[in-house]
Amino acid sequence: MIVRELELDLDAFEGPFDLLLTLVLKDELDLREVDVAGIVLAFVEHLFERDELDLEACGEFLVLISALLELKARGLFPEEAAELAELEPEAAAEELARRLAEYRRMKDAAGWLRERLEQEGDRFFRLGPAPLAPKAETPLGPQQPEKLAEVIRLLAKEPPQVSLAHMALRFPPVTQFVERFRSVLRRRARFDFDQEVGELSRVEQAVAFLALLDLRRAGEITIEQSAPFAPIRIARIGEEKTDRDERTAAWTLRSA
Amino acid sequence: MDAPLRLIASNPLDQLARTIEALLVVASQPLSVDELAEAADDDAERVEAALGLVRERYAEGRSGIVLEHVAGGWAFRSAREAAAACARLFEKPAQRNLSQAALETLAIVAYLGPCSRPDVARIRGVSADSAVANLVERGLITESGRDEAAGGAIRYRTTPLFERVFGLESLSQLPRLDDVGESTEQIRERLHEVAEKRSA
Repeated sequence: MIVRELELDLDAFEGPFDLLLTLVLKDELDLREVDVAGIVLAFVEHLFERDELDLEACGEFLVLISALLELKARGLFPEEAAELAELEPEAAAEELARRLAEYRRMKDAAGWLRERLEQEGDRFFRLGPAPLAPKAETPLGPQQPEKLAEVIRLLAKEPPQVSLAHMALRFPPVTQFVERFRSVLRRRARFDFDQEVGELSRVEQAVAFLALLDLRRAGEITIEQSAPFAPIRIARIGEEKTDRDERTAAWTLRSA
Repeated sequence: MDAPLRLIASNPLDQLARTIEALLVVASQPLSVDELAEAADDDAERVEAALGLVRERYAEGRSGIVLEHVAGGWAFRSAREAAAACARLFEKPAQRNLSQAALETLAIVAYLGPCSRPDVARIRGVSADSAVANLVERGLITESGRDEAAGGAIRYRTTPLFERVFGLESLSQLPRLDDVGESTEQIRERLHEVAEKRSA
């Protein structure tokens, strides 16, 4: 298994792992947006599917993912990264002492707060939502009632009638067209879809097309169209073989 | 005979003092001098003088109600001698059972705020999420903008309620950090001691 080709499907990124690395290294993808745990999950799932332990892949993955994690962590704490990564042992000890001192001080401050709380614990006072009166509003400038009326009149106009035409749409049953096409095909070996349904309504045409797909699925007909929007030609199965060669380039509808 | 009784103390500020008392008894949070002056429709200097009168009248030991200067304003509270009675009837949700972690977090936010959860975690060495959420719930700290650095973590500061609960006039009343604990020097010495012991 090649770790670099591991397919990822994360919120921030979709594609192979090595592309993710490339994008991150080129700063074209913000690592902070990348869910590293998601990558680990994808890898583990992949391992699980293969059902064999590929130590080499695991090792490679570990190296890559830890580098990625370190990058991400540094990205999240930029100052911290600069601070600690470049410190000499001596300076690091200093830094540690400084932090311990800081924590120590805060701990003592917390102790002071606790004492204070004990001293002040016998004070009770009223608490509740602020019952403050709203501030007096600044009065409005001079008003023009006619202008207001004009605007309201604009708004008060009756809206245009909503068309309910589409509510009346009726869908003829698909079987009706299936039967119709079968009978056409009994008479003729092939026909042109547009000619056959040309005078029907849009909805009926759509249903007729569904009927075509049904027939195609049942293996009764073939459907051909030389190019998008070109006439759709339907042929009874059996007839199709005779001139299939002429139409090798024809675009055959497969997704019935 | 029908003439109205004259007040014994005819201090010209008496009426203003009574207005201030009225305002304070209704308020559920400390009122600043400016707020009192605006409500009483008087000037700030006179309000401060009148507050002096009210403070005298409501001093610890003289009254069951005590006037205190807290959280940047003036507020009434119970007298300490009535604490036991108050405690039997009232709860103190903001400060009940504050854990050590919460107190440390509170100290950090009070001294260094506004600061973010990562800031707190960096000092305490453990995640601050639950302690911060707990303090926000109690109303002792509140959100205050975001970090400008990457990630933009939410920053927190203490609320006026914090000052009120701890009886502080303002955050500047917190003791200086140098006064409350060991200095960096002392800690460094201790570190060195431990290091020497190990190498020995």
